[in-house]
Amino acid sequence: MTDQIAIEARELTRTFASFTAVDRISLEVRAGEIFGFLGANGAGKTTAMRMFIGLLAPSSGTARVAGHDVYSGSEAIKRSIGYMSQRFSLYEDLTVRENIRLYGGVYGLPDKEIRARSEGMLARLGMEQSADTQVRAIPLGWRQKLSFSVALLHRPQIVFLDEPTGGVDPITRRQFWELIYQTAAEGTTVLVTTHYMDEAEYCDRISIMVAGRIGAMGTPAELKREFVTDSMDEVFVRLARPSQVEAP
Amino acid sequence: MTDAVVVEGLTKRFGSTTAVHEVSLVVRTGELFGCIGADGAGKTSLFRMLATLLLPDAGTARVLGLDVARDLWALRPRLGYMPGRFSLYPDLSVEENLRFFASVFGTSLEREYDQIAPIYVQLEPFRQRRAGALSGGMKQKLALCCALVHRPDILLLDEPTTGVDAVSRREFWELLARFKASGLTIIVSTPYMDEATRCDRIALMQQGRILALDTPDAITRAFARTLFAVRANDRYRTLLALREYPHTHTIYPFGEVLHYTDRRTGLPAGSVAEGVTAFLAGRGLTGVSAGTIPATIEDSFIAYLGGGAESWHASP
Repeated sequence: MTDQIAIEARELTRTFASFTAVDRISLEVRAGEIFGFLGANGAGKTTAMRMFIGLLAPSSGTARVAGHDVYSGSEAIKRSIGYMSQRFSLYEDLTVRENIRLYGGVYGLPDKEIRARSEGMLARLGMEQSADTQVRAIPLGWRQKLSFSVALLHRPQIVFLDEPTGGVDPITRRQFWELIYQTAAEGTTVLVTTHYMDEAEYCDRISIMVAGRIGAMGTPAELKREFVTDSMDEVFVRLARPSQVEAP
Repeated sequence: MTDAVVVEGLTKRFGSTTAVHEVSLVVRTGELFGCIGADGAGKTSLFRMLATLLLPDAGTARVLGLDVARDLWALRPRLGYMPGRFSLYPDLSVEENLRFFASVFGTSLEREYDQIAPIYVQLEPFRQRRAGALSGGMKQKLALCCALVHRPDILLLDEPTTGVDAVSRREFWELLARFKASGLTIIVSTPYMDEATRCDRIALMQQGRILALDTPDAITRAFARTLFAVRANDRYRTLLALREYPHTHTIYPFGEVLHYTDRRTGLPAGSVAEGVTAFLAGRGLTGVSAGTIPATIEDSFIAYLGGGAESWHASP
């Protein structure tokens, strides 16, 4: 971890008509940090994420992501980040190699570079033998590792992971977290969103959004101390429950 | 009282894949029983066979004393099934969905109101809303109402909490506890280990087989070795260092800490912990501590999987 700041938000706000989805949030994520960005459904997490990745302009406040301003640099931000979702990342009826080529093209890499990086990636993953196999035919754990590598293909400064280890067995899950640790140790910032608090505990630091604000932020150990519990689930529920009534 | 579910040698194949492989289990009447396993473990195929929606290739399953293949018409009105994917009509309102499911089973919302009231009170303010426009947590509650509206004797819930936030998940489990208290038999599946402790008994499933079946307590007590939590400032370097420690039996990340077991048995826990911390300090790692902790369901699952987990390095 370095002292460089990968994501910096100050009083970042987004309103939709009379509804304030994100309400003056401030945070700093250091380069190489694994940061968990959590919140209940409807807490404003998705809106905040869309601002971070340059898909939605803020109503007020400031934010810099990978050194670019979210108002004026949204295109530069998109080129500086990678994104992986557990549910959808790869095209199942394309082969492993075709998926890599497709994403390389999407990220604007030259053909020669795509070819070079594909071969490097396939070798690193030990997947040369499966390069021409359709993604649907390879095991879930492989797919996950591949989609993570594809999200890193253009060497982004920040990678966003949405529920990265949902639905996998506990050993595969740990192999995946090791890959995340390794990526962060090499200096890439990792931002994780998840509904599962036991997954959040793998992060260096987390924030929990409640009704558009950041309700708590710190290391998982700090938050558990603050709420006098040994369970992150309990921290989350106590923060999120005062409102009690769930949005419909 | 007879057992609610008796499964013997149940097998289901799809082409060359065996989704469920000679599974045998018994669920007692009134039990809250959990099938715990990752995607692809065979949970959904097992549930679909129990729900009479999929024919087994081999073996038998009796639910409420009725055979799932032969007696399906007698069985269907007595079971409530909530599939993993949202299966209600998104264009119908909350109330229309409920009325529809009640009428399919020849009853009405009014007649069954007391049965679903504990959940429906939370949905009632939104009863005119289209089901497709509900939040994830509310959709799950509506699906549960629709599965319960005909007063089934057994409830099959396939991954009811997947994709739902922690608050809604907890509320959902609290509801299940209430229905269990009323005597209903409930079988629930989940990929999330932390939900296992909510069940009376659980089956740990992987690749179509049951690895273990017992109470959550008994499963964690059966963890054979002394388990240590190792903390350090740099988790990743600590993990790599302990891979090279000659006494390491297993070492893996577990949330904020690393979980460690020692190759040597019968050594006092204190000296194992001292050995680990001295080794790590010698490697220049800081903030190091190690202490024993009780195993969780997830630790037990890992121990049962051994080398049998789907590996990155295995040929697909």
